[in-house]
Amino acid sequence: MSRHTITVDVNGETQTREVDARTLLVHFIREDLSLTGTHIGCDTTSCGACTVLLDGRAVKSCTVFAVQADDRSVETIEALAADGTLHPLQDGFWEKHGLQCGYCTPGMIMSAKHLLEKNPDPTEDEIRQGLGGNLCRCTGYNKIVEAVQYAAEKMLTERPSGATSAERPSGATATEEVEA
Amino acid sequence: MIPGEFDYHSPTSLADAVALLDRFGDDAKLLAGGQSLIPAMRFRLAAPETLIDLNRLTDLAYVREQDGHLAIGALTRESALEESDLVQRRYSMLADAAAVIADPLVRNLATVGGNIAHADPANDHPAVMLAYGASVIARGPDGERAIGIDDFFTDLFETSLEVNEILTEIRIPAPSGTAGGAYVKVERKVGDYAVSGVAAQLTMDGDRIRQIRIGLTNVNPVPMRAADAEAALAGQLPSEETLEAAGQAAAAECEPSPDLRGSEEYKRDLTRVLVKRAVAKAVSRARRAQS
Repeated sequence: MSRHTITVDVNGETQTREVDARTLLVHFIREDLSLTGTHIGCDTTSCGACTVLLDGRAVKSCTVFAVQADDRSVETIEALAADGTLHPLQDGFWEKHGLQCGYCTPGMIMSAKHLLEKNPDPTEDEIRQGLGGNLCRCTGYNKIVEAVQYAAEKMLTERPSGATSAERPSGATATEEVEA
Repeated sequence: MIPGEFDYHSPTSLADAVALLDRFGDDAKLLAGGQSLIPAMRFRLAAPETLIDLNRLTDLAYVREQDGHLAIGALTRESALEESDLVQRRYSMLADAAAVIADPLVRNLATVGGNIAHADPANDHPAVMLAYGASVIARGPDGERAIGIDDFFTDLFETSLEVNEILTEIRIPAPSGTAGGAYVKVERKVGDYAVSGVAAQLTMDGDRIRQIRIGLTNVNPVPMRAADAEAALAGQLPSEETLEAAGQAAAAECEPSPDLRGSEEYKRDLTRVLVKRAVAKAVSRARRAQS
């Protein structure tokens, strides 16, 4: 068995811990760091409830080893309202009733955050495609799509003047270029 | 579910990774995207004593055209194919596949090299690479060699890679002006494996199909080419009758297993239909490329 000391930037704070090689990132986040906003749903790489951002990209934290996050950054749902103000996505899920039981919500929001960073003004279809890795058993998804649309609109409006979608991070292209 | 215990190595150079693999051999597994391996380890279907994590080999992630082919570094994430303008513009069949592999979260980690080296006939890239006539580059202690994709898949989860070789690159021949391709997949839901999938890449000679290669997903114990279907199409006009004959040939030559996704009969018939759709789409793209 191998144990490893890892240093991970989690929500802007440097965390150093010793972990077993086999510790999954989601268990590290929940049990070692006590950040329980990241949920474990299916434990089989299916549901997306455990979605976090790893170096800015949405991934299923049940399918990454914690040791792989060494020297990298992780963002969880706890980062979003860190200053006490709801993030536009959280606001959207509240306003549009994008949840019922709420179990999938942290994963949905983290996936949607990555989606909106790549594509700040997505079509409904792009939202549905972009959230394809996240399962919800309550809402039927329509309210979740509306919540993301609400957030996208709010984030575009609140953007500093002069900023446009041309300022997407390099490497990101609109998904409309993908032929159906 | 937590995997069994293992020793973990995270080399920062390809040479170190090869040396580790040479040292541990069959007791080790290479960890790339981990989107197949980690679930298998959690279910204890795989219990390697040693994991060699390739994720620090960041210079193995690239997509570029050079020397008449598209070179894809083995550590290229599936999402990078979706975001590659070059792939979207020039490699339609690959772009088709990249958009339907697993789900967007999995595609942010899953790698092209892993998808191929895992040699799961349910994975999408094997059929696509068979249809492209791709080759893979393998690096071992004695250097590098190229393996034609037709010689790569030897059995279920088995490839012609030596135990101490790492797949480092996939090369797809650059398309000519008369080329077209398409990948068509039917899945029960996002994230599931294909019920059946068909990859077709062809070149045209006027109205006729000059040359064609067809790969099939998840309807055979080993990733396979539909050679009889290809023979029914090469040199022919892509008429409804010809497409139907090709579809029937593919349905006959594959060997699907009945499972939750359907009966053997259903999968054969679905393959027949998908061959027709994939070839028709490839022809229409080839015509559009010429016009």
